[in-house]
Amino acid sequence: MLDNTAFDLRRYLRGGGHSFGVWVALVAMILFGLMRYENFGGAYNISSFLNYNAMFIVISVGMCFVILTGGIDLSVGSVAAFTSVVAAYLSPYGIQVALPGAVLAGLAIGGVNALFVVVLRIPPFIATLATMLGAKGGALVISGAQTISIDWGSNFTKLGMEKAFDLLPWTIVITAVVVVALWIVLERTSLGRTVLAVGGGEDASTMMGLDVNRAKVFVYMLSGACGGLAGVFLASGFGAGQPLEGVGWELSAIASVVVGGTLLTGGMGSVGATVAGALLLGLVFNILNFENGRGVISLSAYWQMVIRGGFLFAVILLQSHLASRSKGATQ
Amino acid sequence: MTEAIATLRGRFDPSRHGALLALVVIVLFNLAVTPNFFQAQTLFVNISQVATIAIVAMGMTLVIATGGIDLSVGAIMALSGALAPLIFLSDFATANPGLGLAAAIVVPILVALCCGVFNGVLVSVLGVQPIVATLIFFISGRGLAQVLTNGNLQTFTHPSFSYLGTGKVLGLPFQGWLVLLIAVVLFWVVTRSVFGRQLLAVGGNERAARLSGIPVHRVKIGAYVICGGLSGLAGLIVVAINSASDAARIGNLMELDAIAAAVVGGTLLQGGRAPIFGAVLGAVIIQLVKYTLLANGIADEVALIAKAGIIIAAVYLQQARKE
Repeated sequence: MLDNTAFDLRRYLRGGGHSFGVWVALVAMILFGLMRYENFGGAYNISSFLNYNAMFIVISVGMCFVILTGGIDLSVGSVAAFTSVVAAYLSPYGIQVALPGAVLAGLAIGGVNALFVVVLRIPPFIATLATMLGAKGGALVISGAQTISIDWGSNFTKLGMEKAFDLLPWTIVITAVVVVALWIVLERTSLGRTVLAVGGGEDASTMMGLDVNRAKVFVYMLSGACGGLAGVFLASGFGAGQPLEGVGWELSAIASVVVGGTLLTGGMGSVGATVAGALLLGLVFNILNFENGRGVISLSAYWQMVIRGGFLFAVILLQSHLASRSKGATQ
Repeated sequence: MTEAIATLRGRFDPSRHGALLALVVIVLFNLAVTPNFFQAQTLFVNISQVATIAIVAMGMTLVIATGGIDLSVGAIMALSGALAPLIFLSDFATANPGLGLAAAIVVPILVALCCGVFNGVLVSVLGVQPIVATLIFFISGRGLAQVLTNGNLQTFTHPSFSYLGTGKVLGLPFQGWLVLLIAVVLFWVVTRSVFGRQLLAVGGNERAARLSGIPVHRVKIGAYVICGGLSGLAGLIVVAINSASDAARIGNLMELDAIAAAVVGGTLLQGGRAPIFGAVLGAVIIQLVKYTLLANGIADEVALIAKAGIIIAAVYLQQARKE
């Protein structure tokens, strides 16, 4: 037992070493932005930046949990598209119905993923690929492949526009609450420890008497619910349910998780570093926009994808360097 | 008689013959329900559509056989599909048509091969997980293609290049023969060549393969390079069929079709098996399901759900057999 905790701690510290880089990069990038652009630190930029990236942060954190167990969830983008349509349809009943309704819809799709992975023992990659197609099809069917306008008369519109406590938009406040809650779940509860243990070694966890299946069901349903919340943000941000949105979101989320230092094999990583990873990827765009605005360079939207890929490449190189170094240190 | 049924049942293996059975069911269903199914025109349309899926699926099969996956196939198609018209519409190619045409086919495929080298080196030498490694090109490859074309649709009339997608040999579409040729060559490679043996060994048990002296890195890079090259070729065919190149659309979601075709064809995701003709069969099934739904007036979005069902069923049968 003692041995085991020692092993866990060492691994955990190594994980901290991985995510250390993302915080340094994030601070460096923010400092760069603050020094270079006048309006970078302005309330408007911060608020709109966070408002836009809230949905990516939410799905990235959900994805982080799935990846921690050694799985993957490719369906989150389609789930967000599907639930944005659900939220738009429910918007006349107000936010108190639309928000839980959409999150429940996401939860249900997550439940399907859990069923495939845990009961039918289908590899997560394939199971969630199938629900990705299914949810995308479902979104197009229920919306008739049209964007579904939200009810502008209801209080649903408050979500993206009105500020909570006269400070920040509601989307950001909700995102912050979700992030903190999930951080507590991962770091302070037995369920969270089980999630980490499952990723560290599934057979070993089963032998230790941990409820592996419960942890897996939890992460897929959580990821689905996060997709549902992202769908609500999407609908409120665009003023409509967007059945065609969400393409490639799962990959952005995976990229955020990887940039945050979580290994895809599972077992180590953190909620905070994942949020930092999502912010970092978002900042790349934000800074490029400022550069475009200054007229120094003029990069089309296409370049942004290339740069994002290049950025991911750089992070992967760094990670593999760190990983081989820490491996050398422990040997 | 009962004995014959018993041996038949003994030989029936859902993961190997399930796909064949599914194909028979779909064809019979179409003969009964779909109007004008039993016509040459239907055959031509389906062959020319299935070719690109089949070509990419065969490459994907090799990659999956090593225990990997390649998400970048669609993006590589877009890259090569964007490059080809840029080359044969350039001033150089209008001055030297023959050389220009050759360059328009060779250069994009070379670029695609380089993408494969990149993927393979990341996966094998740096030990990056295949999903993450190929994610890089998945994200940036299409962006690169759009940067090259400035996001414009390139249309052209170039009969000799279009032959790739519209030509006919012995009355059947050229790309159908191409699929057959590639399948035969790859089948030989997998079953008879040293590389093929090594490929399956690496996928079956990588550590054992390494210990027995197989050059694991080289074998893995080889699989990704072949997959990249075939994707590049598929990109050229799509452009040739349409006589137009739209970097945003070429090969969009192809990775899903290719993975689905490989899995339906009996490729194990854990690696160690590379049924080349199975991949072709899987591609035919995916294409026929699409066609069946489309021809019977069922919306595209329902077809997506159907595809999801096929993938789950195929993998579930594999899993059930293993356990």
